Amino acid sequence: MNSIRRALVAALMLTLVKPLSALAAWNKEAFGAKSAGDALKNLGVGNATPTAELSVEVPQIAENGAVVPIEISSAIPGTTALIVVIDKNPFPLISRFDFKEGALPFVKVNVKMSETSDIRVLAEAAGKYYVTTREVKVTIGGCGG
Amino acid sequence: MKALAFLAALAVSSAALAQDAAKEIQRYREMIAEGSPAELFELEGETLWKKPQGPRNVSLEKCDLGRGPGVLKGAYAGLPRYFKDADRVMDLETRLLYCMTALQGRTREEAAGRVFGTADKPSEMESLSAYIAAQSRGMKLEPGMSHPKEKQSFELGRALFFQRTGAWDFSCASCHGQEGVRIRMQELPVLYKPQSARPVMASWPAYRVSTSQFVTLQWRMNDCFRQMRTPEPTFGSETTAALIHFLTVTARDETYNGPGIKR
Amino acid sequence: MRATLGQGVTEIRVLMTHPMETGQRKDSEGKIVPMHFIQNLTVKVNGKAVIEAQTSQAVSRNPVFSFRLKGGAKGDKIEVSWLDNHGDSNSTEATVA
Repeated sequence: MNSIRRALVAALMLTLVKPLSALAAWNKEAFGAKSAGDALKNLGVGNATPTAELSVEVPQIAENGAVVPIEISSAIPGTTALIVVIDKNPFPLISRFDFKEGALPFVKVNVKMSETSDIRVLAEAAGKYYVTTREVKVTIGGCGG
Repeated sequence: MKALAFLAALAVSSAALAQDAAKEIQRYREMIAEGSPAELFELEGETLWKKPQGPRNVSLEKCDLGRGPGVLKGAYAGLPRYFKDADRVMDLETRLLYCMTALQGRTREEAAGRVFGTADKPSEMESLSAYIAAQSRGMKLEPGMSHPKEKQSFELGRALFFQRTGAWDFSCASCHGQEGVRIRMQELPVLYKPQSARPVMASWPAYRVSTSQFVTLQWRMNDCFRQMRTPEPTFGSETTAALIHFLTVTARDETYNGPGIKR
Repeated sequence: MRATLGQGVTEIRVLMTHPMETGQRKDSEGKIVPMHFIQNLTVKVNGKAVIEAQTSQAVSRNPVFSFRLKGGAKGDKIEVSWLDNHGDSNSTEATVA
């Protein structure tokens, strides 16, 4: 199908190992925000320009909101971060990926959606922000409630 | 005339919408199929296949699944089938239970004590099924059809499929017997028709994302009985094996591409 | 985890077994199952971090991530590690084939 060969995986079974140093940063305020606007503000994200250079592939309908696949790829030069926000989730900030030299601004991940909502993906490049929005219809909510 | 044209247009557009929905759901299924957690269960199954257990402290590696002791390639694609040592038709899980008791010396009570697992802890049967089914990927489904007991099993399975019973007087055909029937958003395949049965049987067992569990055909039979408000079938019983046999024969010649992933 | 090359890009796919509990689900007794989810993910190539991720409880249970790395040579060591909100961590590594 495409020239990039996919590779597979070994299980990362959940085992208790010595905890990593808690110095790994996790933006509590941003992840705890109940609105997308607050979450982005806490991340220090400024105004974002809509763009066609940020590819976001999602299904239009998700059979089960517990697993909604998103594939993101940025063609914006100098992209250093990708941020995923789901407007109608109880906590809209889903994740932030920071890419350093050696990594491409690409990620595929499965997320939970509580109801039909817009998914907003932002890319950060050279201090500026860009956004692509997609709506996903959810037939069964995926948060467990 | 105008009103008629308008109504006709409405009818066409709602049919088109239903078509679009089906297409989008298909796309959802394709997207989640990449990187299916089923592979985690295959790895666990491989470990269990090789693990010495039971009073005889042996692994399952000498278990004959129909292609010879320990031969896994193509074994799942050849099931259900008649086994001389047990003198009956068996599907994969029934056969595994047989090997657990006959080879490993385990009691049926212990080996079948927990056949359906949870999201946090899959059962042995589930992991083993994933591993063994994966060894038949790409091969055609060829369940046994030549031995007299195989023919009997198929006939029994077919009769059971249409047999109404239980508190609600349901049969399998009540849900899986007519075109265009749905439960919520899921279309129910007409399983006595080959063209509908094929894609279904080609993808079981499977990882189910809504429960994070790996589900098998014995589980599916059990859960369908539950949904029909019919008494719980015994694991590995003649009833369940016959139903699985009927469905697999209906789907025969289809290329197996599992283990699958489902909603 | 295996990682292979193609056209100057190495794609890696990682599956993790983790409940990713949102803290909204009730167990069979009606009690809330507490939040338990991966918060940080790091991808390293030959010991150097190239991707750092912060994730929430909204990532699906038993997460599957795909990433792409520039170039890569046979023998490169790729390590993926995670840390969850309980302070538990795990990692896996593979060599580019």
